[in-house]
Amino acid sequence: MRNLVVRRAIQMLLIMLTVSLLLFAIFDSDQFREKAAVAELGGFGIATLSADDYHEWLQKKGLNEPFLARYAQWLKAVAHGDLGRSVEKDVAVATLLKESLANTAILAFFVLLGLIPIALTLGVLAGMNEGSRLDRVISVAAVITTSIPQIATAVLLTVILALGLGWVPAKSAMTDGWSFRPLVLPLLTLLLYDIGYLVRMTRAAMTEVMASQYIRTAVLKGLPPWRVIMKHALRNALVVPVTLIFLELNGLLSQVVVVEVFFQYAGFGRMLFDAANFGDIQVLQAATLVAIAVAVVSQLLSDAAYTFLNPRVRFK
Amino acid sequence: MSVAPLLECKNLSISYAGRAGDVPAVVGFNLTLKPGEAHGLVGESGCGKSSIALAVMRYLGRAGRVVAGQILFRGRDVLAMNDAEMRRVRGGAIAMIYQEPMASLNPSMTIGEQLIEVPRYHEGVGHRDAALRARAMLDRVQMADATRIMHSYPHQISGGQQQRIVIAMALLSNPQLLLLDEPTTALDVTVEAGIVDLIRRISAEFGTSMLYISHNLGLVRETCDRITVMYCGEAVESGPIADVFRGARHPYTRGLFASNPSPAADKNSRPLRSIPGQLPSPRARPPGCLFGPRCEFFAVDRCDAQPVPIAPIAGSGDHSSRCLRVDEIAWDAAPAAISSRAAAVFGEVALQVNALTKRFGSVSANDGLSFEARRGETVAIVGESGCGKSTFAKILMGLLQANSGSVQLAGLELSRLPVTRRNPQTIRALQMIFQNPFDTLNPSHSIGSQIARVIRKLGVQRDAAKVREQVLELLDLVKLPRDFAARRPRQLSGGQKQRVGVARAFAGRPDVVVADEPLSALDVSVQAAVSELLIDIQRRERTTLLFISHDLSVVRYLADRVVVMYLGQIMEQGSTEQVFAPPYHPYTEALLAAVPIADQHYTKRKVLLSGEIPSASNPPVGCRFCTRCAYRIPGTCDRLAPPLQQVAPDHQIACHLPREQLAAMRPVFEEVTP
Repeated sequence: MRNLVVRRAIQMLLIMLTVSLLLFAIFDSDQFREKAAVAELGGFGIATLSADDYHEWLQKKGLNEPFLARYAQWLKAVAHGDLGRSVEKDVAVATLLKESLANTAILAFFVLLGLIPIALTLGVLAGMNEGSRLDRVISVAAVITTSIPQIATAVLLTVILALGLGWVPAKSAMTDGWSFRPLVLPLLTLLLYDIGYLVRMTRAAMTEVMASQYIRTAVLKGLPPWRVIMKHALRNALVVPVTLIFLELNGLLSQVVVVEVFFQYAGFGRMLFDAANFGDIQVLQAATLVAIAVAVVSQLLSDAAYTFLNPRVRFK
Repeated sequence: MSVAPLLECKNLSISYAGRAGDVPAVVGFNLTLKPGEAHGLVGESGCGKSSIALAVMRYLGRAGRVVAGQILFRGRDVLAMNDAEMRRVRGGAIAMIYQEPMASLNPSMTIGEQLIEVPRYHEGVGHRDAALRARAMLDRVQMADATRIMHSYPHQISGGQQQRIVIAMALLSNPQLLLLDEPTTALDVTVEAGIVDLIRRISAEFGTSMLYISHNLGLVRETCDRITVMYCGEAVESGPIADVFRGARHPYTRGLFASNPSPAADKNSRPLRSIPGQLPSPRARPPGCLFGPRCEFFAVDRCDAQPVPIAPIAGSGDHSSRCLRVDEIAWDAAPAAISSRAAAVFGEVALQVNALTKRFGSVSANDGLSFEARRGETVAIVGESGCGKSTFAKILMGLLQANSGSVQLAGLELSRLPVTRRNPQTIRALQMIFQNPFDTLNPSHSIGSQIARVIRKLGVQRDAAKVREQVLELLDLVKLPRDFAARRPRQLSGGQKQRVGVARAFAGRPDVVVADEPLSALDVSVQAAVSELLIDIQRRERTTLLFISHDLSVVRYLADRVVVMYLGQIMEQGSTEQVFAPPYHPYTEALLAAVPIADQHYTKRKVLLSGEIPSASNPPVGCRFCTRCAYRIPGTCDRLAPPLQQVAPDHQIACHLPREQLAAMRPVFEEVTP
């Protein structure tokens, strides 16, 4: 177990290094540098930036150094938490990132808080009695919620809950300070899809387990039904869903781009979207780095959970 | 007065709901099981024998249903019990032992937890006491090292140990009835012998009644008091073991016996006779006698007129048969003579294996294998799981590369030549028949196109018309109708699929065919037909056949020469007659003694074999068999590698025992003088 974690942590570091090198190389290309120069020298720069001015700018920024030297420098700065400055907002990228990540983390926390108990319970209930009425209701509902794109769900929910019934605000910008009510719509949008997905996975795992021979053994041992489910089935059925929940962390990071932009929630997705629109290169660079770090860490957690839950892997 | 029966099935009928309506699995089944009695339920796959056991436990799944009849346990109708009563019966008064012990144990619970549950939930025993009882039960099923086992997970112990756990679990509640569903089918033969011995001892010691479900006639003969033979969901014959095995009174039972190879009899004295035709589909049951279309005694307008009831045979006690003509058939007459095959003539050496060694890390899967196979010869490689026979086949086929030694096919070195680098000529010369005909045919291509593809790929024929012609000829060769070319694999039965497998292997007229357990997935009556076919084609084409098998009965029937392997080494090799008669290698002797025999004409000597097959990653020093050998010479066998003794021309035994002792061994099987 510990071996696995150490091995995966080393792998993770290597992946991050490779990715950072790639990222640096991409954003270090002439196109992007020129774009950065234009942005920094101001709107007029587009017309007036001459080759000489550009070179002078490069000189001033220390961008004429050899590639690897600059990469090393950049890496050192990143390691010290210096991710550069946002041209658009004129703040340190680190500050910007911290705030937006914190907001997204709040959203993600509530998503998981709703997702895990609801999806696992529904999935287990559906899978316990394959083909029963309850199973059919849950399965059909799950298929429906996963079939609607999130952007459509967002529109529908806004129309019904905010514009129609007026229960919650339509936008989540929270200009007057933090409150929970504006969070409801983005939360529901994310939850509807994710619950549907996780329910389907949990149900599939549960039906497979319920059809297995060791469940037959447990039933024919004369155990009460709750004992068969709680002790014999769940442990085996939850292996896959639990690993999926960790991978969901990574999935959420992509989903929030749509949801946060739509509801104007000041999170990571919104920041990424704005930066991409504006061409705020250092923000993009830092955000990509964070996204990849989340992906790699969630993989690691997911593998660790799988190993922990599965004695056949744990004790070779 | 007779004793009250423990279990009674009265006119039991079970159906499974299918898309096109109900499919009957069991029809009008009757059974009376007395306390302490062991009843064998025998039949081929799909005959409904497992459904009966599951119906007794009321566990037929969502689709299955008892449509008629009663199941009485101690006089109470199982089908009328409420859930709480049923729970007390399940795992309490009636316990079940399953075919696949690995799949039947929960992979994520320790064995201790799974055992302790039984007394906890059936008798409300506290955790500590339950644990003590579980440990005591492990001792009774002869599990050494109970403490470690209690804390292990199922995947950490061997298949034989897993089955002992399942048995211990069943016995913990002191059941009155044990349902055994093919309890040893997934196990090696020496392990099977140990489990069967245990089951027999338990039934004697605990006085437990048993319903023993098996396809293996020999096993039932060795463990049961009574037998019921099933065909297509109906009992066709029922009676005391001795009566049925001595004088079968239904053509199907007779057919089963005749198609069941015996390790005791050599092939010339008792040729196999397969049952013609195949099982009718449950949806298209023939009118009248279900066995009618396959029966040699079929009488038109009588046997197919109306359903045949099962009836007691006059003057026989309680032996009954579902045959209208039971009083007309001359049961004791010898079956029509089968033209015997001329002995095969072997040609030059086709395949030469020399000191072949293959290691996987510390595991030596093949350790210095040396033998040869001649043209037209059938060489069987026999051994239990983990003996390295499949590794050898993979090296031969080019899927693995050997570490050292050589394999030569007509002078060409193959031991380190992967199949991707072999030329089409070599691939054509060396073909394979696989174990599982169900998985080795592509479900989305027709039979014809799959055979045609082989013909084209092996460069035998390219012209489309000629390829088609050849496909039809191959279908003729394996005795399948020509219109099968257009069929898909799912439209074929298991035996028919394996015939396609044979056709595919012989499509390129190979020099050597490797058959890896080609019969083990098939039912007995089909096995006989496929093995006959295999011999016929092989004789005609003068192909060298390497027959890899764990089934000594089939090997005795099919092989000219036998190579016995154990933990990666060859223990004994010689002609079939030599290997199946003394002098034996002690392992060969134990293997032979472990095979259950159905043939009443032979008795079997008991050979004790201790322990289980050691792990291949840490094989015993000296003779690899020494840890289990009854003849072990301490200080010699566990230190020195055994010498290869040439006990007769062409007959080698790797053993430390002095030649006189080997020569003095008695035969394992002896014919009973009537």
